[in-house]
Amino acid sequence: MARIEVKAEVTGKVWKILVPVGARVDADEPVMVVESMKMEIPVISEEGGTVVELRVGEGEAVEDGQVVAIVER
Amino acid sequence: MFHKVMVANRGAVAARVLRALKSLGIRSVAVYSEADAGLPYLALADETCAIGESDPRASYLNADRLLEVLRESGADGVHPGYGFLSENASFAERVMASGAGFIGPSPRWIAAMGHKTRARDLMAMHGMPMGKSSALLDEDEARTLAEAAGVGYPVLVKPAGGGGGIGMLPARNGEELLKAVAQARSLAQRSFGNAELYLERLVERPRHVEFQVLADRHGNVRHLFERDCSVQRRHQKVIEEAGAPRIPRAQLAETAATITGILAKLGYDVIGTVETLYDPAAGGFGFLEMNTRLQVEHAVTEEVTGIDLVASQVRLAWGERLDAVLPPEIAMNGHAVEARVYAEDPVRFFPSPGLLSTLELPQGEGIRVETGYAQGCRVTPFYDPMIAKVIARGATRSEAIARLDAALEATLVQGVKSNIPFVRQVLASPEFQAGDVHTGLGAEVLARAKAAALATA
Repeated sequence: MARIEVKAEVTGKVWKILVPVGARVDADEPVMVVESMKMEIPVISEEGGTVVELRVGEGEAVEDGQVVAIVER
Repeated sequence: MFHKVMVANRGAVAARVLRALKSLGIRSVAVYSEADAGLPYLALADETCAIGESDPRASYLNADRLLEVLRESGADGVHPGYGFLSENASFAERVMASGAGFIGPSPRWIAAMGHKTRARDLMAMHGMPMGKSSALLDEDEARTLAEAAGVGYPVLVKPAGGGGGIGMLPARNGEELLKAVAQARSLAQRSFGNAELYLERLVERPRHVEFQVLADRHGNVRHLFERDCSVQRRHQKVIEEAGAPRIPRAQLAETAATITGILAKLGYDVIGTVETLYDPAAGGFGFLEMNTRLQVEHAVTEEVTGIDLVASQVRLAWGERLDAVLPPEIAMNGHAVEARVYAEDPVRFFPSPGLLSTLELPQGEGIRVETGYAQGCRVTPFYDPMIAKVIARGATRSEAIARLDAALEATLVQGVKSNIPFVRQVLASPEFQAGDVHTGLGAEVLARAKAAALATA
């Protein structure tokens, strides 16, 4: 099983988790939405699989490049 | 006149208002969140007050805290700036109930124009030209499809309570429409707490032209011409100019006169901007919405008219008459173009917060710069991405554009990414140079730049 790191592309705050742990995400689908500078930016999983770990919760701050979720395929 | 005014805003907006208050001899109170402690605008105020945490909901949008500061500071007026609580009727009412003056229109106007379909109905009833639109949609799919058929495809799904382009989705047929309505409804509910939607006829390659008005509390209204704000990215304005190129002046004057006539009849007061979509194919204006506040792009109007809009707004809010505030004749003198310099990736338009390790801003003939930052400041992710506005004025449109481009070339932003390369690409495009602007121009210029980069890679 391959473990894929999903990274935030902007510094901001997690606005909404869209896919909970245990649920399936498709390739190029957003896992969560980060709010930054009044914009909502999706955090995309580049590959499809099951979300096995969320490293941040709603309302938490994230940095550009930070791993926010792990997807297993 | 007001003796002390609290500015319920931050950064470049607060700096602009604080300077106007100083010019009128009015004392000022600036407020700041944790993230903004130490920003340069605070030095322009007579008093400053911390209002809370960095998240705007805990500070600049916290009406309770702002009203507490208002009371404690002894200020007798509140300037809301633009954004945050500037179009919040309940905040304006609470300010007035406290005995202070709200520097903006009466709360009833903020509420009336805040509801997009009611505002359309009101303006249409008094003779404002309208694009085709539907009634509010309900949950019934058949009725939604019938409304769309009445408007005619392509249509644009729009939230009734929203703004800033959020939840606006195009649809070219029934299938697309039902999907767009479901998406927009959920987004509108989450973003504005109001899921009401309506449809507008989608204008192809439209232009966003808005008309600046000033009004007193005695029934008098005047316009200060128009601005073209067609160049946008993600429905947010990037380049604005006064006047609007390639639209006959007589037609612009006629529309401006219609607007002032309606607003005078309605008894509108203090300041506002009527936003329209101009359809180049049909050659007509259609009402979009009215903003009941000062706007970011007011500077281009100031540059071509010589009128200080913020000082005028303060005097009108105090109750002065329009003929005392404005000269009897106002002409449009030359042309002005403004670029918003944003902290964002110039290709994907993602935000780029960070430390401004270098910030060198331009100077020169016909150049005006407004910023809330200085070198060494941190651009935080909590607020909008604007670092500065760079405004250029010239005797002609081409002179103003050339000056703006030279000014942007001389602007140095390091530590965060900026949209300057994108703005300069748009300025240099043959369409912009020719005045052939429309709301899709930014995307077209970007697509061409990407294609050119791929071809040379």
